Amino acid sequence: MGDYLRPRDLDEALQALTRPCTVLAGGTDFYPARVGRLVTEDVLDIAGIAILRGISETPTGWRLGATTTWSELVEAELPPLFDGLKQAGREVGGRQIQNAGTLAGNLCNASPAADGVPALLALDAEIEIASFAGSRRLALAEFITGVRKTALLSGELVVAIHVPRPPHVARAGFLKLGARRYLVISIAMASAVIEVAEGGVAAARIAVGACSPVAQRLPALEAALVGAAFDGSLADRVEPTHLAPLSPIDDVRGSASYRGEAVLTLLRRLLSGLVS
Amino acid sequence: MKVAFTLNGTVAEWEGAPVTRLVAALRDDLGCTGTKIGCDAGDCGACTVLLDGRQVCSCLVAMGQVEGRTVETVEGLALPEMLAALQASFLAHGAAQCGICTPGMLIAAEELVRRTVRPTRAEVEDFLGGVLCRCTGYSKIVDAVMEVTSPVGEPDPAAGEAVGARLSRVDGIAKVTGRDAFGADAIPADALWIRVVRSPHARARFTLGDLGPLQKRLAAVLTAGDVPFNGFGIYPDIKDQPVLADGLVRYRGEAVVALVGARAEVLAIRDEEVPIVWAPEPPLFGVDAAIAPDAPLVQADRPRNLLLEGGVKRGDAGAAFADCAAVAEGVFETAFVEHAYIEPEAGWAERVGDRIEIHVTTQTPYMDRDEVANVMRLRPEAVRIVPTACGGGFGGKLDLSVQPLVGIAAWKLGRPVACVYTRPESMAASTKRHPARVAAKFGCDVDGKLVACDVRATFDTGAYASWGPTVANRVPVHAMGPYAVPNVRTWGEAFFTNGPPAGAFRGFGVPQAAIAHEAMMDELADAMGIDRLEFRHRNALRVGDTTATGQVLAHSAGLAQCLDALRPAWREAQEKAAAFNAKGGTHRRGVGVGCMWYGIGNTSMSNPSRMRIGLSPAGSLTLYNGAVDIGQGSNTIMVQIAADAVGLPASQFALVAGDTDLTTDAGKTSASRQTFVSGKAAEKAGQDLRQQILRLANAGPDACLSLEGAKLTVRDGAEVRTIDLATAGPLMGEGVFDPPTTPLDADGQGVPYATYAFAAQMAEVEVDIELGTVKVLRIVAAHDVGKAINPTLVEGQIQGGVAQGLGLALMEEYLPGRTENLHDYLIPTVGDVPEIECLLIEDREPLGPSGAKGVGEPGLVPTAPAILGAIHHATGVRARRVPLLPHRLREAIVQLKGKTP
Repeated sequence: MGDYLRPRDLDEALQALTRPCTVLAGGTDFYPARVGRLVTEDVLDIAGIAILRGISETPTGWRLGATTTWSELVEAELPPLFDGLKQAGREVGGRQIQNAGTLAGNLCNASPAADGVPALLALDAEIEIASFAGSRRLALAEFITGVRKTALLSGELVVAIHVPRPPHVARAGFLKLGARRYLVISIAMASAVIEVAEGGVAAARIAVGACSPVAQRLPALEAALVGAAFDGSLADRVEPTHLAPLSPIDDVRGSASYRGEAVLTLLRRLLSGLVS
Repeated sequence: MKVAFTLNGTVAEWEGAPVTRLVAALRDDLGCTGTKIGCDAGDCGACTVLLDGRQVCSCLVAMGQVEGRTVETVEGLALPEMLAALQASFLAHGAAQCGICTPGMLIAAEELVRRTVRPTRAEVEDFLGGVLCRCTGYSKIVDAVMEVTSPVGEPDPAAGEAVGARLSRVDGIAKVTGRDAFGADAIPADALWIRVVRSPHARARFTLGDLGPLQKRLAAVLTAGDVPFNGFGIYPDIKDQPVLADGLVRYRGEAVVALVGARAEVLAIRDEEVPIVWAPEPPLFGVDAAIAPDAPLVQADRPRNLLLEGGVKRGDAGAAFADCAAVAEGVFETAFVEHAYIEPEAGWAERVGDRIEIHVTTQTPYMDRDEVANVMRLRPEAVRIVPTACGGGFGGKLDLSVQPLVGIAAWKLGRPVACVYTRPESMAASTKRHPARVAAKFGCDVDGKLVACDVRATFDTGAYASWGPTVANRVPVHAMGPYAVPNVRTWGEAFFTNGPPAGAFRGFGVPQAAIAHEAMMDELADAMGIDRLEFRHRNALRVGDTTATGQVLAHSAGLAQCLDALRPAWREAQEKAAAFNAKGGTHRRGVGVGCMWYGIGNTSMSNPSRMRIGLSPAGSLTLYNGAVDIGQGSNTIMVQIAADAVGLPASQFALVAGDTDLTTDAGKTSASRQTFVSGKAAEKAGQDLRQQILRLANAGPDACLSLEGAKLTVRDGAEVRTIDLATAGPLMGEGVFDPPTTPLDADGQGVPYATYAFAAQMAEVEVDIELGTVKVLRIVAAHDVGKAINPTLVEGQIQGGVAQGLGLALMEEYLPGRTENLHDYLIPTVGDVPEIECLLIEDREPLGPSGAKGVGEPGLVPTAPAILGAIHHATGVRARRVPLLPHRLREAIVQLKGKTP
């Protein structure tokens, strides 16, 4: 049986992380990976550290504490900018998972089908990382580096997710495609944040999940939307060539070609939904 | 570490490793076994508890995180001596069937009803979406939560009025309070534990290295050499599956070595530490590989990898097609389907002198007894099977699982030994529904009357025979569907592969065949320009018709009545779908109908049931019932039937169920046979007891009985006689019933079943044309059950069957090594199953108790055909392969569009 540390403050946690251990927060990925066997590794439980939890507004945007649960996010009072992330939160597992699973845990688990990643990419989220030596910030796109891989170095801990305040009024949304209603791993998903100024698209950030090893932004589509009227014609601008960053695969949930086609439909519907 | 917290309102202290799962602490250390483990991975919700008022999976919470917090479990819901409103509502609505998900469901619902006492259906779905139920189809659970504030009255029928009443389950209070003890709930604290090491290869030879070091660490390391007779199987002459593989494995997940020791010790040993040297060989996957000319044999004594073949022949189908006005043909394929009962296999054994006692979750205590005796080389009388509550079976708990392992280990070590499968282990090791390829050809005349059919059903029976012969025998009898067809040729065949053993699964192959024959009905109806429901009505088997096996249906063939009952909903749904589709858009609606018939009991084989009812000198009235209730409610209906047969109120009955030492053999809980066969035996037992009482009182047949303590009063008209049971001595009524059947000859002619259930279901679906997703909007299910002994339980069977049929049609596909958990293998959630309206048709079967037949399997059979027919109606796509996953449907829609410019 390994050690189990449950520090109350961050410094203590970072001190503990100077030797190898597995970080535990909501437990929703930790325990499923250990079915039918004893847990023998050293565990650092960060769920009791108050400063890592909760949502606050900052001068430049919002800070989402690493161990904020999906339910806390969904229930938080936040501007429409966060509608996509909230919709994603409602699609994470079932309610039990939403009550326990944490925002940062979803990122650190780095599943290609992580429900939170496309919405956070579309929010231009930055990851605040701390270690005993200091702290750094990384764009989310640089944080997740591959299937089950992140840029987190040994001794480092995700402390918070920062969402910048966009210059314009923003609308946001998220769509998930799965083969059943609850508790389902995505076949594909898409999220968008559209900043609107003077009836037109001032900026667009769009990301797709479960169609590549790491969820991807779609810069060509974003560029095609900027300057367009914010109306029903927005969806018409989605083109197959915009999906170039994606590399969908065949698996038990769907075929690669289906994913590619379904994403176009999701994107068009997502944009139509935002303007209606 | 010590953890102090509040558990169900009182202070609790727990000490142990803080990384211990909350559910493990609750169950193993704090006595709260009401919280169940279905997966240990957050996929099923059976372990749902409230943590600071919010529902969480207690399998995902570390005890270290519980310090100072509040935990509420099912044990905390009830008030002293009184059920909570939610529990009472679950009980009254029949929302608990097997009861394994019930504590989790109650807790999830509790979080909701604390926020709002009158929740909407959408809110109920959102709050219950994380708890899987495999029995109920969710309908009655949703009703119970939505109507929690409007209590339903519970009937307490008087003598003679129990049959037909919506009696609450006799074991219902135990289920809604979490007190019902399932296979893993009452394991002795001093029991040793077994962890089975299983094959990671589908086909391999292996040698075992030096087990000495492991044997030193553990109480025992069991291998093939420790099994006295290393073969089991449900047929007396086919014992082809080893308890522990002997140098050769034939499927991924096959048991190889059993580690026996203290629980923590066996769990700490990784598979890699067990010295097994593997020599993998190329596996045979699928029937095509198995029948290839140069295919290696899966079992050395089975040439061509053939398990069994046979068919039914009547008239001259080949010639008759020539004269048909329309002929339809198609080939349909289905996948391995997992039972996915929420309770994994579990049990424990104890040696008592020269006997072995096994407490286990099972569907078939007597067959378990005989199988264990055979494997252990003991007399059957030396084996006692004590069934625990069974958390779902559906056919998957008819085969041995933990029984021989715990039996052998406990016998050898003289200590109690337990084994509880993990979810991935349960899925890898257990049997599956047979994948089928059904080639069907049907023809009709100008009037739309069926003339001929030719069906060939080819099954992948996996590595071992299991129930393969049953499937291959049953399907040819049913493959023409519930229709009068004069010229029939059907064929069933099953081949061994290196897939998981395909065994019994609700319907024994008939659901696969129904997908084919119902698609043919739709195509012929469309070809002839006849409404699909009317086409079926025209061809429905009716009383007086002769079946393809030459059996004349003398009674109780209610398919036409089922279709009549569906007709109003069918017409309304067609109009609604047409109006919806006229609006255009990306979604299209469709309506489909599916029919089925199902022979009750074993195919052309004796399957008797024996029941006893005792009346003791103290006046206690007990039904000794060997029929295992796996959630379907046989405990309750046996009491209802027995009560009316005796003429005393159901509420006066005590029940002894399942235990092979205390009951008589009532056969397996399978083949939809318990209501019909064991119910009849219970009725006869009741009549026998009543006759004895009437003789003692010298009273006529219409006398009324009443029982008060040891005083039994018999009122015959104006005459009142009192029997003092203390002096009259114990009375015992006994009843035996074996449905009359005859063997089938080489052409499949004979009487395979004494009676048949019939059903017709209608599905309304909405298809997202662009994404290929399907939302089932409504199911209306009309079932001829002969007589509904307990309408609530009958509806529950139908609704649960429908949910499994929906899964079969749209999402369920077991792929060894890839979908061995409940997040990659999908079963319907509460959000996937629509409202299911049940229409009960009672075309009395004179052989059955009060006219009843069976309903366990029939609920599932017509559902997939109805849904697939509705999808065709909506899109023009005829599904050739299920599950019709979104990508398969979308690809078919695109292909169809390409064909029609």
